[in-house]
Amino acid sequence: MSEYLSEVVDHYNQWITIFLMVAGLYVVVARGNMVKKLVGLSIFQTSVYLLYISPGKILGGTPPILADDFAVYSNPLPHVLILTAIVVGVATLALGLGLVVRINEAYGTVEEDEIFDKGGSE
Amino acid sequence: MRLDVVLRVVTKLLLPFMVVFGFYVQFHGEISPGGGFQAGVIIGAAVILYAIMFGLDRAMRVLSVSVVEKMISLGVLLYLGTGFVGMLKGGEFLNYSVLEHDPIGGQHLGITLIELGVLVTVAGTMIAIFYAFAGRGR
Amino acid sequence: MVLLTMMAAVVIGVVRLRNLFAVVILSSIYSFLMASVLIVLDAVDVAMTEAAVGAGVSTVLMLAALYLTKSEEAAPRHTPLLPMFVAVVIGAALVYGTIDMPPFGSPDTPMNTHVGSGYLDRSIPETGVPNVVSSVLASYRGFDTLGETVVVFTAGIGVLLLLRRNRRGKTGE
Repeated sequence: MSEYLSEVVDHYNQWITIFLMVAGLYVVVARGNMVKKLVGLSIFQTSVYLLYISPGKILGGTPPILADDFAVYSNPLPHVLILTAIVVGVATLALGLGLVVRINEAYGTVEEDEIFDKGGSE
Repeated sequence: MRLDVVLRVVTKLLLPFMVVFGFYVQFHGEISPGGGFQAGVIIGAAVILYAIMFGLDRAMRVLSVSVVEKMISLGVLLYLGTGFVGMLKGGEFLNYSVLEHDPIGGQHLGITLIELGVLVTVAGTMIAIFYAFAGRGR
Repeated sequence: MVLLTMMAAVVIGVVRLRNLFAVVILSSIYSFLMASVLIVLDAVDVAMTEAAVGAGVSTVLMLAALYLTKSEEAAPRHTPLLPMFVAVVIGAALVYGTIDMPPFGSPDTPMNTHVGSGYLDRSIPETGVPNVVSSVLASYRGFDTLGETVVVFTAGIGVLLLLRRNRRGKTGE
């Protein structure tokens, strides 16, 4: 039983990451409202940040800023990649929201089903 | 007494601190957590807060749309310029060590310049996107 | 760990709610919780960026978009059984894959030993910058940062193209 519990503690980060990823994917695929799809996409992206950063942490380490008092640092390489990913994510979100606003002006609605009813792609 | 007096007073008190903190994060980014992107977003958020509280027209009088559009391009130009100066002085593209007499000083100068370029571009983009969204609804 | 459970609860709320204003506020709370989790995981630069970008600018943009469209989601027409089934199957397959992964926080995985610790050792002698994330971002991987700046530039220009209204009276089509 205690071995099972230590297994849960070791992998809890990764299981929560998988739950967040799957929930974000479900929102993107299954909901029709476009603004909610974009929110689901941003949830999916943030779960990927967790996926990359949590293996980089070393228990007993400090943030990767070099100082004389500390010897063990967490891995700085995933931090750099995820910093770029966050900024690209917000750029994508801004463009997506701009497109949603224009779709609303062209069709009068942002629901996917109603847009398909009105004759989809002309 | 209007309903948003508390918000206006707090905004007037907070705005200088936000801008100074943004520049602190930018220039201290080598020694403490920070750097170009964080500082750009903080300064962009300060201008957006001013635009939300005091109206879009007053914010556009402080930073007009054409100034913000030029800011976006200026940042990328600064970044590419630093890379090309390294190339002109004999190294490869984006090699900072040849910018000054000793390699460490060259690295410092190069890193400061490109973080400044990133700050200008990110702040300009955030403000320009907000102007576009807010100006559409009028 | 408590923070991660709270994040999962917030995401369940986002999925179920239909009032879009509440969904946007919940996503701002989600970004704030993500920033706290990142601080616990020793990623301070990333936490600052995620807090500023996710809980700040992203929420403002979503609220602006909601102001320009309507703020309630319509009821779904058919129950989404197939996406739910696909989501559960993918989740189960991924959980099966994580049983073999190294436990949380171990310092001897291949990810932590080769390149990452190399940057930690080389940062001060070659660049003189104590913040390793900044030195890697600006100097060792400066080309990626150039690409990222160009992506931000492109997004700004894209939004300006989509949403700028010509002041002379014609609505930009």
